[in-house]
Amino acid sequence: MDVEKELSALKARVDELPGAENKLSMVVFSGDLDKQIAAMIIATGAAAMGMKVVMFFTFWATAALRDPAKKVSGKNLMGKMFGFMLPKGRNNLKLSQMHMAGAGTAMIKSLMKKKNVASMDQLYEIAAMLGIEFKICEMSMDLMEMKREEMIEYPNMEYCGVATFLANAKESAVQLFI
Amino acid sequence: MADYTAVKTFDYKGLPCPMPIVKMSQEISRIAVGEVGEVLSTDPGSIADFPAWAKTTGHQVLDIVQEPGLIKIYVKRVK
Repeated sequence: MDVEKELSALKARVDELPGAENKLSMVVFSGDLDKQIAAMIIATGAAAMGMKVVMFFTFWATAALRDPAKKVSGKNLMGKMFGFMLPKGRNNLKLSQMHMAGAGTAMIKSLMKKKNVASMDQLYEIAAMLGIEFKICEMSMDLMEMKREEMIEYPNMEYCGVATFLANAKESAVQLFI
Repeated sequence: MADYTAVKTFDYKGLPCPMPIVKMSQEISRIAVGEVGEVLSTDPGSIADFPAWAKTTGHQVLDIVQEPGLIKIYVKRVK
């Protein structure tokens, strides 16, 4: 029997096994500030551990990737409403609890600053530096009438659908939904 | 007495999670393979996190020394 051949066949099978890659695939679904901070900290931590990291932004989370400085026109009424009601970018997210008309969120942000916890801006900067990939759900964008022109500049960002997430998740050692 | 000498100090004092390991992952290359670096941290999470980081990345934590208000971690670059 050809041992070399057997070995390479076996290796090919192992490579095909789910979860074989040192990689984290994360769905970021929530638009809450606290959950998004957790997602960014886990993602940057994983990248520091030498893992490849892919973050899929879908539904409410998508609004965090809007750039408040960018204005777009040509939206219909529903699109305008969503545009107005959804947070404009990562610095306008609210806490999932104790938001208290903005007082709670402001307090957490000031505590984070005081305790030197990385801000959302810093976390995004680190994520870009560590090569973390952002993938944005095209369907959420379409549903809420967000346009690509109103999204932030980020080095590793692309638009995709569920199959892209699943293909990444299947080969990842760690998968999370936040 | 420890049988190693730290060739460089990485000062991560005042930085909370995840910054100590994020910085370590970026700066470990400042020492050569086989050399030992001394990490200064004030984040109590570092005591558990550096061994976990080393285990995953293939480096080695030789020693963790706790002083009042300061944690010293000795990390050997393995690859």
